[in-house]
Amino acid sequence: MSTHVPALQVVVPLLSAPLCLLIRNAMAARVFAVGVTWACLAMSAWLLHAVVGAGPIEYAFGGWPAPWGIVYSVDSLNAYVLVIVSAIASVVLPVGPGAAAHSIAEGREHRFYAAFLACLAGLLGVTITGDAFNLFVFLEISSLASYTLIALGPRRKALTAAFSYLVVGTIGATFILIGVGLMYQMTGTLNMADLVARLPAVEGARTLLAAFAFFSVGISIKLAVFPMHQWLPNAYAEAPAVVSAFLASTTTKVFYYVLLRIVFTLFGVGFVFEELHLHFLLLPLSLAAIFVGSTAAIFQKDLRRLLAYSSVAQIGYMTLGLTFANLTGLTGGIVHLFNHALTKGGLFLVAACVFRRVGSTTIDGMRGLGRRMPWTTAAFVVGGLALIGVPGTVGFVSKWYLVLGAIDKGWYGIAFLVVASSLLSVAYVWRVIEVAYFSEAPDLSSRKDAPLWMLIPTWILIGATLYFGLFTHLSVGVANQAARRLLGIAP
Amino acid sequence: MEILGLWNYWIVIVMMMIGLYIVMSRENLIKKMMGLNIFQVSVILFYISMGKVEGGTPPIIVEGAKNVVYSNPLPHVLMLTAIVVGVATTAVGLALTVRIGEAYGSLEENKIVELDREAEREATGKAG
Repeated sequence: MSTHVPALQVVVPLLSAPLCLLIRNAMAARVFAVGVTWACLAMSAWLLHAVVGAGPIEYAFGGWPAPWGIVYSVDSLNAYVLVIVSAIASVVLPVGPGAAAHSIAEGREHRFYAAFLACLAGLLGVTITGDAFNLFVFLEISSLASYTLIALGPRRKALTAAFSYLVVGTIGATFILIGVGLMYQMTGTLNMADLVARLPAVEGARTLLAAFAFFSVGISIKLAVFPMHQWLPNAYAEAPAVVSAFLASTTTKVFYYVLLRIVFTLFGVGFVFEELHLHFLLLPLSLAAIFVGSTAAIFQKDLRRLLAYSSVAQIGYMTLGLTFANLTGLTGGIVHLFNHALTKGGLFLVAACVFRRVGSTTIDGMRGLGRRMPWTTAAFVVGGLALIGVPGTVGFVSKWYLVLGAIDKGWYGIAFLVVASSLLSVAYVWRVIEVAYFSEAPDLSSRKDAPLWMLIPTWILIGATLYFGLFTHLSVGVANQAARRLLGIAP
Repeated sequence: MEILGLWNYWIVIVMMMIGLYIVMSRENLIKKMMGLNIFQVSVILFYISMGKVEGGTPPIIVEGAKNVVYSNPLPHVLMLTAIVVGVATTAVGLALTVRIGEAYGSLEENKIVELDREAEREATGKAG
């Protein structure tokens, strides 16, 4: 049984999605879907434990060995991402679509769970697969499910947000398909481990450059690297609250993982950084993402839009860690993937709580919220501190490694900019805190905090940002091991 | 001669650009979906021509036949999956278009943006 866990990790949510459609009862579908996400979490935790202890696992489907069949290969890096994705899903899903209030017609909730599980299965599949074409298929499964989930948003603008995400996302996915095709043309294989072995033989060919360009630009669109981030704020701000909490903390992380795989495992540091000089391009873009994203966040009128622009900036930190291409910087990038998933998931759940009680997420509507919803606002304060990177929270841990990585590289200016950019996050977090605590509430009659079933998941994520800010053994330890593997340094 | 010999790839590139141009330049959402489809089809053609071997036959083993050159079947199989993905994308896209048409009463992008702006102005006007 335990040998089949890598396959079950994806197969279980994938098959449960249509089952949810058959369960026509909202409550039963909810219990079932939550159970499935918890099972996913258990499996991914088991996988992480197994690969950290005993090294990578290969799973060949139907017994077909690697270059011919499709394999799932799990190592410490993607087991780490699997745990994050399924953990966020299992914390966020119990909140349910009801938090979005009236966005889903009565008697149709079970369809929401089906789409959610399909999206989860796609993301887990992208992470676990060891086959380049399989990656594209899972990417499309998760994307199609996320378009429908976003379109469920409460306002009609959600529809246009989902549509433009669909157009941009499909172009990105098709670019990835072209990249895979060009690589197949040069090497005759789709298996990633096999590609690693065969790509050096054809290095220098122009087709390979085109393959890398298509693949990395396609992934960057899905990851929302700076100039290609336009779809993200609309999609996250208009989706149902639970959906944006889930998508904001998982999709971009999974695609960051894919980018790491392409750059470090498939094409290798030598090709990407020494021959192509990718850091000349990606470094300015990451810094631009950090500064433009944070500055745009300061001027937003809507809490969720503010958080979405802050996500653009945080993706900049992650790609910044990638450009350092040294152990500390890469550890920082991977840890930030983990930390940001917790922080943004928690903060979007705060937005969901606000939406539940206030009826909108405009910052103006949050006046005096500190007295009306003390627990929710307190959660925002802790999450905001983690975004800024105050010591004791997870944000500090990842920024610490990023700054150290920059210093290791001798890029003192970059290290300074990383620290300086935190001031911008202070500005946008403070704006919300000021409105929530220091301005008069319109009326104090509705002194009711968010319901307990929403507060508990919010505080689990927010509490985790504190826990992993103080006890970094697990998060940094595994990230360090993963970074070592990517760079080919023996542990 | 070499350029002409790669004519199928030229067709792929031309179709790809036509598709992308339509997606970017047209205001009508249905036309955008059409452009997206042309773009995806160009990739299918790319894979198919990649698998073709000159003088190759379908890869079916016949007893007694010797020195037969086979075309590569794998790209074709991959494209079956890609076609399914394309159909699913189009279905979701058109479903969204129908909903947008119902909610806004228009399928022109500039009109929709204008309607959104108006709604926002009204909302802030009420609040202020």
